[in-house]
Amino acid sequence: MRKFRTALNLITVENLRVKYGSSSVLHSVCLNIKAGEIVTIVGPNGSGKTSLLKAIIGAVQPSEGYIKLKPKLKIGYIPQRLNFDKTLPITVERFMTLTEKASKSTFMSALQTAGVAELLKNQMSSLSGGQFQRVLLARALLGSPEILILDEATQGLDQPGSAAFYRHIEQVRHNTGCAVLMISHDLHVVMSASDRVVCLNGHVCCEGTPSAVISKPEYQELFGAGTDGALALYRHVHDHVHENINTSE
Amino acid sequence: MLDDFMTRATLAGIGVALTSAPLGCFVVWRRMAYFGEATAHAAMLGVALSLALQISIFGGALLVALIMSAVVTQLSGRNYATDTLLGVFAHSALAVGLVIVSLISGVRLDLMAYLFGDILAVSREDLIIIWGGVALIFALITWRWTPLLITTLNEELAYAKGLNPRREQLILTLSLAITIAISIKVVGILLIAAMLIIPAAAARNFAKTPEAMVTITSIIGVCSAIVGLRGAYIFDTPAGPSIVCVTLVFFIVLSFAKALIKQ
Repeated sequence: MRKFRTALNLITVENLRVKYGSSSVLHSVCLNIKAGEIVTIVGPNGSGKTSLLKAIIGAVQPSEGYIKLKPKLKIGYIPQRLNFDKTLPITVERFMTLTEKASKSTFMSALQTAGVAELLKNQMSSLSGGQFQRVLLARALLGSPEILILDEATQGLDQPGSAAFYRHIEQVRHNTGCAVLMISHDLHVVMSASDRVVCLNGHVCCEGTPSAVISKPEYQELFGAGTDGALALYRHVHDHVHENINTSE
Repeated sequence: MLDDFMTRATLAGIGVALTSAPLGCFVVWRRMAYFGEATAHAAMLGVALSLALQISIFGGALLVALIMSAVVTQLSGRNYATDTLLGVFAHSALAVGLVIVSLISGVRLDLMAYLFGDILAVSREDLIIIWGGVALIFALITWRWTPLLITTLNEELAYAKGLNPRREQLILTLSLAITIAISIKVVGILLIAAMLIIPAAAARNFAKTPEAMVTITSIIGVCSAIVGLRGAYIFDTPAGPSIVCVTLVFFIVLSFAKALIKQ
């Protein structure tokens, strides 16, 4: 990445504290997300991952510190699931145009890229976990977001399914240059697809490249040292350079 | 034309069916059935206060329904679950309302008219209020349709799109209160929730999209109002309950049809 990019933070989190009632779930959190990078937040249950994500999209208010988004930042949000799935009938086709005004050819090509074009007339509630996440991803990409935010997107997918999904996310970043911020507690597969891993437990314990984080004592204390073997399942090999991220703008 | 009581009753029934359709769908989607029912029951207090203070029943019921939903929304999640609070306030409001009504002397009251509706006594003024409510709710729901749907599907998705789910919730609550207030005369306090829930539940069987579900719900509601009124006239049965019975027939027939097609 070129030097001037450091000035272009999409998201700046400064000394964030989030309180529910009288107890703080997050404190002293500082985090920057730059254009085009893939950042994964890992942490055990109750570590405040979801709260951090909610604070970034404005669903909870910080009680201390601040969050600054790049003006008019276009966010593509991918929720874990949809509420009221069974009671609310909605086809893939209708869902695609719910949040963005897209022509049929635009959203068809988005679905084709995601490999789920044949599901157009299906009910959202009838999709499998993997299909569902791909449709959500295709919808989020319709608005040409500058950053994708994923909330435990692969919950309910098996490991090969998750690995395939994250490879797809990487492909998307490769093609569009959008940044990716995701949280996960199934760390092994996710981490290896990231440029940077942030290890969260109420505060930022440690952060850095996946390989650097794994060797840190804070990380091993949280997750145990035995994660290295599982990581080999899908290790991200940086044999290519992300030059086209910059040229695509 | 409006001189005929059957014509006025039919128009009132159609009006209530049309407002209940979009609201009923949201009630079914968001699992607010108990919320709707409790708010409707609380409207009895509004009716009683209106009678005691000699103000418009519509206004009194609307006010109490609004206060009721505001209080429950504020208090829920602290020490009690929402349904417990609804149970406390709604049934208390119903009971207090019934006690107040019994204390009002000098007014000869037919309590049944408020509990089960008195659609055949709908006046021109009532019609104006009902159809004014229809227009208002259609305007509100059409204006906020997409934000309401997104909020219903996932609140975080709504936040990420720059929407405010709390405001959308408020719009829904307000619309629900209006619907309840204009429905009292037509189906009565005890059966308002039925008009909200049953047509929407029947429509769920064959709806593929949210818009289709609202359309089918409207059709079922309007047909039920017309057929129910006609039936009440022919068989000399109470009008409100007769309308609800027709919605039940729709629900049963459509659910069976759906089960048959699936096989």
